[in-house]
Amino acid sequence: MAKSSNYISAKESRRISRENRRITNEIEKKRKRRHIPESEYVTQMKDPENCVEFDEVKTYFFTDIGTVKSVDGVTFSVPKGKTVGIVGESGCGKSVTSLSLMQLVQRPTGQTVGGEIRFDTGEKVINVVNAPEEVMRRLRGNNMAMIFQEPMTSLNPVFRIGAQLDEEIALHFPKMSKEEVKARSIEMLGMVGIANKEGVYKMYPHELSGGMRQRVMIAMALSCDPKLIIADEPTTALDVTIQAQILDLLRELKSRIGSSIMLITHDLGVVAEMADYVVVMYAGRVVERGTARDIFKDPRHPYTVGLMKSKPVVGQHVKQLYSIPGSVPNPVDMPDYCYFRDRCERCGEKCKGAYPEMVKLSDTHYVACYLPEDK
Amino acid sequence: MENEIVVEVKNLKKYFPIKGGFFGGVTSEVKAVDDVSFSIPAGTTMGLVGESGCGKSTTGRTILRLIEKTSGDIFFKGEDVSAMDKNKLRELRTKMQIIFQDPYSSLSPRLPVGEIIGEAVREHKLVEKAEYQDYITKVMKDCGLQPYHKDRYPHEFSGGQRQRICIARALALNPDFVVCDEPVSALDVSIQAQIINLLWKLQEERKLTYLFISHDLSVVEHISDSLGVMYLGSMVETGKTSDIFAEPLHPYTQALFSAIPMPDPDLKKDRIILEGDIPSPANPPKGCKFHTRCKHCMDCCKEVAPEMKDVGGGHCVCCHLYDK
Repeated sequence: MAKSSNYISAKESRRISRENRRITNEIEKKRKRRHIPESEYVTQMKDPENCVEFDEVKTYFFTDIGTVKSVDGVTFSVPKGKTVGIVGESGCGKSVTSLSLMQLVQRPTGQTVGGEIRFDTGEKVINVVNAPEEVMRRLRGNNMAMIFQEPMTSLNPVFRIGAQLDEEIALHFPKMSKEEVKARSIEMLGMVGIANKEGVYKMYPHELSGGMRQRVMIAMALSCDPKLIIADEPTTALDVTIQAQILDLLRELKSRIGSSIMLITHDLGVVAEMADYVVVMYAGRVVERGTARDIFKDPRHPYTVGLMKSKPVVGQHVKQLYSIPGSVPNPVDMPDYCYFRDRCERCGEKCKGAYPEMVKLSDTHYVACYLPEDK
Repeated sequence: MENEIVVEVKNLKKYFPIKGGFFGGVTSEVKAVDDVSFSIPAGTTMGLVGESGCGKSTTGRTILRLIEKTSGDIFFKGEDVSAMDKNKLRELRTKMQIIFQDPYSSLSPRLPVGEIIGEAVREHKLVEKAEYQDYITKVMKDCGLQPYHKDRYPHEFSGGQRQRICIARALALNPDFVVCDEPVSALDVSIQAQIINLLWKLQEERKLTYLFISHDLSVVEHISDSLGVMYLGSMVETGKTSDIFAEPLHPYTQALFSAIPMPDPDLKKDRIILEGDIPSPANPPKGCKFHTRCKHCMDCCKEVAPEMKDVGGGHCVCCHLYDK
């Protein structure tokens, strides 16, 4: 819904882009220095049991109509060997959170302007936000890998599956001979449950079905034994029966390799099945986080409650589905109070203040709401 | 509830030719819809579920004659749709409408919303010129749009609002029968609920009949009265939604239902995970089409295609397991 207040004069727009360029140039200049001392990006984990810690991460997009705060102070952590599900509607910043971790946000428009993302590589702990490009390149693929949503578009259509897998393995294991690389590629294809692995090695992506392509993507992500797998909507483009196959595969592989998974999805069912911990995001902020049991059995934030109620569940018949009234606030012009206040049913006197702080309900369960006790 | 049948489909077949060879002749056929029959009583919703490529959308579009059928019969209120001439079909167009899946690509970016909704109304001369503007405003209000949206363009709207425009466009012609081709799959959960509620409300107010095509079983369970499960162009199970969900009979339906992820972390179900992918519809397996992935596969399944059998109460299943 466009409002008349969205209108920006040409003069105003020019002023914003000039200002944006000044800010982004400054950040880019800092990033592109020749020799960045290690002390700037090597840190310590707060809890050695964690694989990744997000600490007040802020990723903004400096667009010509204003600054979009896609991720605005997100804090959570991914423990080693566990699965963390990030849920939220489209545009709530869940994908940008994962892209910030990989430092794949479209620069120079998108910049991580604050906070720390600490990633434990096993030897060193690296603060991804300040790490130079060269360090990041070694981290991506080797230590963290991403499975994208669209298996159709993330494979290169003009190369054979084998060549695409080989390329990655050869790049990350430079000491391997050609034969070893090929053997490893075929082994990886076998591991993700492709029966005809030698045949698929020689095929082009268009010869495979959606489920098979997603398996190839998973094989590619796993080929370098990453510590963290980021799965960005891995099953959204797939059918239910194929989705069940892929989720089953991910679960099995996780227990075999022992890596952590960051699962980004909008499907509450998938999260309930896969995740140990759940993070619920709304308009660039974490509104509630806790174990899967905390979130699904005892949701406290009105947004989480609304989200659960609006999803039709097989076997529970209702006359009318619940729907959250109103819509998400304009990302360019966020209110200075609780972002959910205008859509909230339990909103009261207390909610008039600034954006609520995270309230600790138990050791694992946190919620950003003034009235977490109300149901 | 009235028992008048609005839409009846008998042995519908749609084969798409595959051209190839030196002279570009027809080398083989994709059997997109292969012998599908069902009927929808007035004021009810029939759900059509199945995986992608199983022919759900083709069925919906063939009923509307957006695609010409290969063989079979389609009746709309007792009239044969496929035998209609141009003028008759033009009249019929106002009675049967479709809502497409993707609200981002099914609206013309160059037309204002009022024009998108009103174009067909004007073309079919459904209302007097003087009442035209009021009529459009009323339709928009019914679908949850504000009258001042009339002069806006589709790009100014969010996904949910756009889907409302699509619904308003279909309903402006005052149809009796609407094909909803995955109307909510491109939308977020909370928006999904709004659109489903809207479809419900409109059905009650206008006594609409829906054919609701979707791959999301939980949505289908909520909206439809009867259900058809399709696999590789054929119907494998039909019946009342409550019956099928209470006791799915066909092995494919059982697998499909067990694959639904439930939003409950304590629930650990015994999942039936199907092996492999759907076979190509250009070259479907002999005998029962599902036998390549079925765990109850018997010898006869590989040779003889099963027939549709009524197992009681209008619950029909197409499987050799229920041969008596």
